[in-house]
Amino acid sequence: MKTTELTRRQFLKTTGALVVSFNLLPPSKKAWAQFAMLPSGDIDPTSLDSWLAITPDGFVTFYTSKVEIGTGTITALAQIVAEELDIPFSKIKMDSGDTSRTIEQGSTVGSRSIERAGPQVRQAAAAARQELLKLAAAQWNSPIEKLTVVDGVVSDGAKKISYGQLIGGKKFNTKITATGTGWDMKVAPEVKAKNPKDYKIVGQPIKRTDLPTKTTGEHDYIHNVRVPGMLHGRVVRPPVINTEPENIDESSVRNIPGLVKVVREGKFIGVVAKTEWSAIKAAQELKVTWAKPTSKVPATPDELFAYLKNTKPARTLKPVAKGDAASALAQGKMNYQASYRWPFQMHGMIGPSCSVADVKGDKATIWSGPQGPFRTRSTVARILKFKEQDVRIIYHEASGSYGRMSTDDGAEDAALLSRAVGAPVRVQWSREDEHGWEPKGPAQLDEAKAAVDGDGKLLAWDFADFSQPWTASGTTPLLASLQVGLKPDNPGGSNGTQGAGEIYAVANQSILCHHINWHFPEPIPLRTSNLRAPGDIARCFASECFIDEIAADLKADPVEFRMNHLASNRRAAECLKAAADKAGWQKRPSPAPAATGNVAKGRGIAVTQRANTYIATVAEVEVNKTTGEVKVKKIVCAHDCGLMINPDGVKNQVEGNLIQGVSRALYEEVMFDTHGGVTSLDWKTYPIMRFPDLPELDIVLINRLDMIALGAGEGATIPPAAAIANAIYDAVGVRLREGPFTPKRVLAGMKKA
Amino acid sequence: MPKYSLRVNGQTQTVEAEADMPLLYALRNDLQLNGPKFGCGLGQCGACTVIVEGNPARSCQMPMKAVGNRNVTTIEALGNTNKMHKIQQAFVDEQAVQCGYCINGMIMSTKALLDTNPKPNDTQIKEALAGNLCRCGTHIRILRAVKRASGQLA
Repeated sequence: MKTTELTRRQFLKTTGALVVSFNLLPPSKKAWAQFAMLPSGDIDPTSLDSWLAITPDGFVTFYTSKVEIGTGTITALAQIVAEELDIPFSKIKMDSGDTSRTIEQGSTVGSRSIERAGPQVRQAAAAARQELLKLAAAQWNSPIEKLTVVDGVVSDGAKKISYGQLIGGKKFNTKITATGTGWDMKVAPEVKAKNPKDYKIVGQPIKRTDLPTKTTGEHDYIHNVRVPGMLHGRVVRPPVINTEPENIDESSVRNIPGLVKVVREGKFIGVVAKTEWSAIKAAQELKVTWAKPTSKVPATPDELFAYLKNTKPARTLKPVAKGDAASALAQGKMNYQASYRWPFQMHGMIGPSCSVADVKGDKATIWSGPQGPFRTRSTVARILKFKEQDVRIIYHEASGSYGRMSTDDGAEDAALLSRAVGAPVRVQWSREDEHGWEPKGPAQLDEAKAAVDGDGKLLAWDFADFSQPWTASGTTPLLASLQVGLKPDNPGGSNGTQGAGEIYAVANQSILCHHINWHFPEPIPLRTSNLRAPGDIARCFASECFIDEIAADLKADPVEFRMNHLASNRRAAECLKAAADKAGWQKRPSPAPAATGNVAKGRGIAVTQRANTYIATVAEVEVNKTTGEVKVKKIVCAHDCGLMINPDGVKNQVEGNLIQGVSRALYEEVMFDTHGGVTSLDWKTYPIMRFPDLPELDIVLINRLDMIALGAGEGATIPPAAAIANAIYDAVGVRLREGPFTPKRVLAGMKKA
Repeated sequence: MPKYSLRVNGQTQTVEAEADMPLLYALRNDLQLNGPKFGCGLGQCGACTVIVEGNPARSCQMPMKAVGNRNVTTIEALGNTNKMHKIQQAFVDEQAVQCGYCINGMIMSTKALLDTNPKPNDTQIKEALAGNLCRCGTHIRILRAVKRASGQLA
C-alpha cells in the first residue's frame, strides 16, 4: 500500500503502469489543484482535463464516478474510450469512484450506466481526439481533415506523432460543454463521434480487466483495505429500527482483550476494538436491554397484502393512461380479473457491508464500495454535519450488490465509530446484520383487469401495482442516521413502473402504481430499497401471467396471442419471436395435455422491458405432482439491449440475471415478525440457487448497430418468474398467483384445482 | 494470549490469537492472505474456503486451537496474476467471474475436487460446489471453467 498523495502533475509524469493508490490524508484543494475545480471544490466537468489525462508513454487515464460492481461496466466504458480515441484497449486506465477526482455522473444503478455514461465518456474522448488532431495539425501546418490515427499515433501520410508526444504529461486546457447533472449530463454534444460502422474495439468480446485479480486473491476489495492505526468496529443492532436502548451493561465486555470503547450515539450502539475478533466478540457479548418494540406490521401474507390493498396511497404514478379503460371494461365480450402477490426479497450480497472511515477534525476519508460514491458522500456529510466537499469517498469494489450498495449503511457506521475514537475504524457486518438489515425489495400486490372483444383482441387493460416506496434509498436517512435521530422528510423513491403490460398495444389502457407508505414519518420497521430491476419482477409476473390466463381461456397459443398485440412494438415482437424460435416453440394453447406419470412437463413464455432493453424468456419445467417440487430444466432468453459494447459482457450479465431470476421465483421470501424484525437471518432461512438445481441456459443476443447501447445489468432477472409460473400452469393446470413457487404453494394449488 | 504455529502455504508462521478465533481472521488479518473471504461466519456460503490436508474446509468454522500442525493451503499458493494456476487461468478464459467474492471458494473447492478426481463429470462438479453460493449467477461459466481446468473442453 502506498501512502503518497499524488498530485495531478506528479501523476502525469509517471508511467502508465502506475496504479494510483488511495491516500491517507483528508482531501484538500491544494493536493488536487491540478484538476479544474469549481468553487464548491468539486471537479469542473466543462474542462477536458477533468475527464482524462495522457502520459508521455501514451497511456490514458480516464476519470469516472461510475464504478465496477461486478457487472463489467468499467471494462465496457474503457472500450468506448479506447474506440473513440483510437488507442489500444490495453492503454486505458480507468480511475473510478473517487469523489475527489471524478465528476458526478450518477450512481451505477438502473441499467443506465452504459446508456447514459457511455455517451458522456464517448463524447469526452472524442473531444480529446479532436484536440490532439488540432495539436498535430498546428505542429505540421497541415489540414486536420488529412490526419488519421492508428493506435494513438497521428499521421498525415508522411509524418507520425504519438498522443504521448503531443500532450503527454501536459494539460489540454480546453473547455468543453457539459450541461445538466448526473446521468442526465450532456457532455460535448458539439463534437462529432465515430460512426458505429467503423467500430473496432466497441462490439468486441474483450476480456474484463477486473477478472484476473479476482481469481488470485489479489483483487483490491473494500474488505482488504487496511490503513495504519486502523481499529475494528461492529455495530450492535436493535430488534427493530425504532427501539430504544434502555440499558447498556459495559461490564459485560470488560474482559474482552483489546476493547477500546463502547460507543453510543442516540439509539446507535457500537464497539471498537484493536482486533477484528475482539470487536466481533464484544458486539456479541455486550448486554443491551432494548425497550419492547412498539412498531406493528402485518404479520401474515394475508394481512400484508390486505394492508397494501386497503391503505390510502400516499402517491400514485400513472405511467400509462390511454383511452378510457374503465368504460371499455364494461364493453368487452369476455372479462378477466386476477390479483398477484410478490413477497419481500433481499439483495443477498455474499460479502456483507464493509467500510473504513477516518474522521479527523472536520474532514473525513471514507473507503467504501457504494454504487453511488457521491451519494455516500452526501449521507456521510449529513450524519457528521460536515460540508460535502470535506468528505472524500475512495471507492473499492464490494461484493456484488444488485442495488444494495445504493444504500451505503456501512460508511455511516464506520464514520460514527471513527469519530468516537479518533482513529480509523473498519466495520464489517455479520451475516445476521446483512440479512436482517439490508433494505429489502418491497412486497407487491398487483391487480389486473382486462376486456377482450369478439375478435379475441384486448379492448381494455387496467393494471394497478401496490407497493412500498424505498424507505432506504434516495435522500431518506439510512440506518445509523435514523438511529442518531435524523427524520425522513419524504416517504422514499418509487419502486418502478415497468413490466405492467405497457408493451402491448391496447386502445384503452390504464397502469397505476400506488405508493403505500409504511408508518411514515415514523421510522419504518422493515427497510426497503431498489432491488435489481426494482418492482419489475412482480409486475411482469402479474401482467405476463394475466395475459397467459386470457390466452388460455381463449384457447389461443400464448406466443401468437401476445404477437397480436405487439404490432406496434417491433423490438418487443422480435425479441419474443427470437426466444420462441430458439426454444422450438410448438404452437398450441396451454395447458399441455395431462401427463400420465408423476412428473408433468410444461413450457411458458414471458416478454418485458427494463429501461429501454427488451427481454423474452421461455421456461421449461418439470413439476412433481406428488411433492409439488418445480424443477426448472431450461431457460431460453432473447435479449435486446441495442448496440452491444461487449457481447460476452452482456452474455455474462444475462446468464447471471436469469439464474438470479429463477432463484427469486423458486426460493426467495423474506420472513419477519409482527414488529418488522426480519427472521430470515442466514442462508438456511433465505435459500438461493445452488449448483445441483441449475437450469440449462440458451441465450440469443440481438445486436442493433443502428441503436445506442443500453443496459444489460438487470433486465433478464425479470421475465423468468412469469415464464416459470406459466410453465407450471402448462404442466399441471395450476395458476400460481403468489411467489415464490414453493412445493407447498404448488401442492395447495393442485388441491384447489 | 496463546501463540499458534500455523503451517500455511508451506511455511510455518506464528500467530498470537485467542483460542476460539476462527482461522479465517488469522489468515486475513495476521498473515495478510486476502484470498479467503468472510461471507457468513456460519459455514453456509463457502467464500472462506481453504484446503486443509487435501480437503476443502471452511476457515470461518475452524478455531485456532483446532488447526494444529495440519497443512493449510490458501488461493495465494496456487498462483498470482503473473503466473496463474490452470484453474485460475480457466476461470479467466471462461470469464467465469462477476463480482468475484465467491470465486476464492469456487477455485479452492475445485482444486480439492480435481486433486482427487481429475476428470469429474457435471454431476460430480455440481455436488462438489453445492456448498458454495454465488449470488451473481455465474454458475454456468464456473462449470465450464472447471471442465476446462480438467481438460474436458474441446
